[in-house]
Amino acid sequence: MVRMEFTDPPQKTMIARDIGLVVCRRCTKVHARGTCTHCQRCGQRLASRDTRSISRVWAWWWAGLLCYIPANLYPMLETRTLVSSQKDTIVGGAVELFHHGAYGVAAVILLASVAIPIGKFAAIALLALSVSRRSSLSGGQLRVVHEVVEYIGRWSMVDIFVVAILSSLVQLNALAAIQPGPASLFFALSVIFTMLSAQGFDTRLIWDTRQKAGTA
Amino acid sequence: MSIHLTLLKDEPAFSPEEAIVCPTCDATYRLVQPEKAERAICSRCHTVLIAPKRKAGMQIIAVALAVVVLIVAAVFFPFLSIRAGGVTNSVSILGTALAFEHGFYRPLALAMILLIVGVPLARAVLSIYVLVPVVLEKPLPPGAKTAFSWVETLKPWSMVEIFVLGCAVALVKVADLANIWFGAAFWMFAALVILVIVQDSYLCRWSVWNSLTHPRKP
Repeated sequence: MVRMEFTDPPQKTMIARDIGLVVCRRCTKVHARGTCTHCQRCGQRLASRDTRSISRVWAWWWAGLLCYIPANLYPMLETRTLVSSQKDTIVGGAVELFHHGAYGVAAVILLASVAIPIGKFAAIALLALSVSRRSSLSGGQLRVVHEVVEYIGRWSMVDIFVVAILSSLVQLNALAAIQPGPASLFFALSVIFTMLSAQGFDTRLIWDTRQKAGTA
Repeated sequence: MSIHLTLLKDEPAFSPEEAIVCPTCDATYRLVQPEKAERAICSRCHTVLIAPKRKAGMQIIAVALAVVVLIVAAVFFPFLSIRAGGVTNSVSILGTALAFEHGFYRPLALAMILLIVGVPLARAVLSIYVLVPVVLEKPLPPGAKTAFSWVETLKPWSMVEIFVLGCAVALVKVADLANIWFGAAFWMFAALVILVIVQDSYLCRWSVWNSLTHPRKP
């Protein structure tokens, strides 16, 4: 695999908006600006910059955050055995696993259900804020942040699948039974909302701010 | 087919057909026609713009067919069984989603069926629908462009690999209190993860859209 080499050093990058072009973000077809409102190839709405992007990002972000709070307060799993009955929250369940010596699994749960969601809220907020304010991060760094958020964010869903597998599998009559708790619904909604939040972000805005500040 | 990109210098505005614009950062380059198999990468934000592979269309079709067969089979074959204290319980793939079938969890059951079965299946079927005529150099079927848009849009919502990780975590949790038996569907899903990753690595968005626009010269 050969990485593209450019004959000229990238001293000055041409920006599509500056030379009267607009690209379809879905199919990458290039159009002359102002000739059409929708992509002639795939029909997507064309916008040189998606001006509503940031408000859409914040709307989904708040929805995700609001769901993440009950997701941590309510139990995720309700386990009933012959001798006991217990309700575990996300963190409680991971602590329980840790005490049983299952360090690896506890780490996966903590990573997927606590570290990734919280990191994701912080990262999306950073991206949205960096567009409207000056920030010391370069465009390249912010792009890496966005890519990581888009790629890693989905993995939070693992806890929902664990709950589904456990509560369908562990149905052993009186011996043991596991039921999903209300947190599972809130947690799944939180993951979906933050995925939509990250997808709604128009990454081109990152580079506009950098360019104005002269750090592109 | 591969495409070579050079940085656009101080040249006058040109027609949209000659340009390629990075959808991530809006940098614009002049599109120059191919040399050998290379990847075109945006020099500003390093997004891969074009990454054509040899015989990609045929490869994607083959893998997508395998994905369809595996998903359909995995739904019907046994998935996991558990045995403890003389009591046995078996679940299928759909059975795991039905853990959420009661009361206000019900939307979650539907969402989960879509994420682990519906979306991957739809993406594979739509890829076949779009790419078979392209590879055979036949006229495009109705709605081919819409269909391929959906293949791209649905990509982040296909979660088979996450589901398999979920299986691993769940099994470690119950391993010390019960015996677990893996059904054929479990192994099919494990294979599916690899196929879906292969399928996506062959799929170059720019090349497919290009062949959908000029269907007679792929």
